[in-house]
Amino acid sequence: MSAIAMPARTKRSRGRRISPGRIAAWTYLGIVVAITLFPFYWILRTALSNNYALATDPSSPLPVGFTFGAFERALGIAGTAAAQAQGGSGASLDLALFLRNSLIYAGVQTVIIVACSTAAAYAFARLQWRGRNVVFGVLLSALMVPAVFTLLPNFVTIKDLGLTNSFAGLILPGAFFSAFCLFFLRQFMLGISSEIEEAAVIDGAGPVRVLLRIVLPMCAAPIATVSLLMFINAWNDYMWPLLVTNQQSTEPLTLALGVFKQSSPQAAPDWAGLMAATLLSALPMLLLLFAFGRRIINSIGFSGLK
Amino acid sequence: MGLANFRELVGDGVFWHSLGVTAWFVLLSVGFGTVFSLVTAVILHRVTSSTTLRGIILLPFLISNVVAALVWSWMLDPQLGIVDIILEKLTGHSIMFLGTGGWAIPSLAAIGVWKWMGYYALLIFAGLQTIPPTIYEAGRVDGASEFQMFRRLTVPLLRPVLALVLVLSVINSFTVFDIVQVTTRGGPANASNVLQMYIYDKAFGQFDFGYGAAMSLALFALLALITFIQLRFTRANTSDLD
Repeated sequence: MSAIAMPARTKRSRGRRISPGRIAAWTYLGIVVAITLFPFYWILRTALSNNYALATDPSSPLPVGFTFGAFERALGIAGTAAAQAQGGSGASLDLALFLRNSLIYAGVQTVIIVACSTAAAYAFARLQWRGRNVVFGVLLSALMVPAVFTLLPNFVTIKDLGLTNSFAGLILPGAFFSAFCLFFLRQFMLGISSEIEEAAVIDGAGPVRVLLRIVLPMCAAPIATVSLLMFINAWNDYMWPLLVTNQQSTEPLTLALGVFKQSSPQAAPDWAGLMAATLLSALPMLLLLFAFGRRIINSIGFSGLK
Repeated sequence: MGLANFRELVGDGVFWHSLGVTAWFVLLSVGFGTVFSLVTAVILHRVTSSTTLRGIILLPFLISNVVAALVWSWMLDPQLGIVDIILEKLTGHSIMFLGTGGWAIPSLAAIGVWKWMGYYALLIFAGLQTIPPTIYEAGRVDGASEFQMFRRLTVPLLRPVLALVLVLSVINSFTVFDIVQVTTRGGPANASNVLQMYIYDKAFGQFDFGYGAAMSLALFALLALITFIQLRFTRANTSDLD
């Protein structure tokens, strides 16, 4: 059936004929790409501008009064006088500190969540125990509960434990369980052959040994994928840190950025400095997309198809 | 103890107002978001399999809501924002997008659509890849036009994925917070005070955890109900492919 159909399909759609439909399709895609990318360009253009000069030519497509001053202000390496001379508010954003906080928050949470999910996925995919499917069903239903509903009870718990303004309070509530992560890894483990594991069991290896020495290396690719997704999630998280921290020593970057905007004096916000900081905070995500684009994109197909 | 919080809820005008505001936001962002992502996915699927293009479309999804909200509040700035300047050149007057009651929610919805459209489009794209090309061959042999095939073949066969996108985007939009908190903080005059914003304000601004929790529960019940109806209505678990 498909053998008959294929030649017809190739002849029709791969013929590179220029039809009105194709032109319309590419025009549409061009507009979508332009709208998608323009804000990113505008961040860059604004970040490279002099904040005072911005007002003189707000619609110029190129940076106005080209300078790296905004980045210096965002990184806190410009002196207060120099910052104010370029239209900065004088308030500086200790980017290095917030970057460190974001890295700790996203990094540690990713490591714990992926480690826990891998062990749990192995238990659900390979080990035989009573009630396994029921427990798995209950855990999966957590996929349907939006994260925001756990915020309040989590917050009260963390507050009662006295863990507000600490990395433990920031990381722990989200660290042990991710229904998505668990499901993703279990599906992959179900798909790989269990013969090697059985051989190892016959040779006397226990479940922990099998998991660490055999399953883990075979699952390296999906583990890398979920790690990426979890890291991106945690890096972009805003609401939970907003609730738990109000001290600079633990605030991640997203939070600091939001506050930076609100603390800018209403009269003349330091848009250039803000955009420079924004760009620097989004940069890790952009680099991840460049480096692992195919992996991230394919994982999205998976999450939709189950 | 007791039902005092829920009784207060029923008589709380601000709660009902934010429910209405949230519903308006959901309607706009889910409506436009779904249509744009469906059209984008179908066109993408028909003309190219480029990973680069899909990566570009996914870009806004990977940055944080805060970054998206910040760049858009700069671009929509009433004095220096590029969108306003272009609008003023074209029509002669500008709009305070985030500062006017009537425009706040549509502007926020537009930011949301920009942020999430690529993700939903790629979900639908993945669904499109599972539809066997032979079905389109059969349609073509029967003389169906491109639009008829989209209407009669693509949409019905995509139903499970479309249901997933609808459920995800309804939940996402109902619980929108970051974008609102960074741009308008619920203003002007409660015009964009979405439910999640109001809950946050009550629980963490005024430390009324009980009332915040009551509202969270109400929102959760509402979402569960909507999700259930959506899944029933779209018959998400059955596919026409079999």
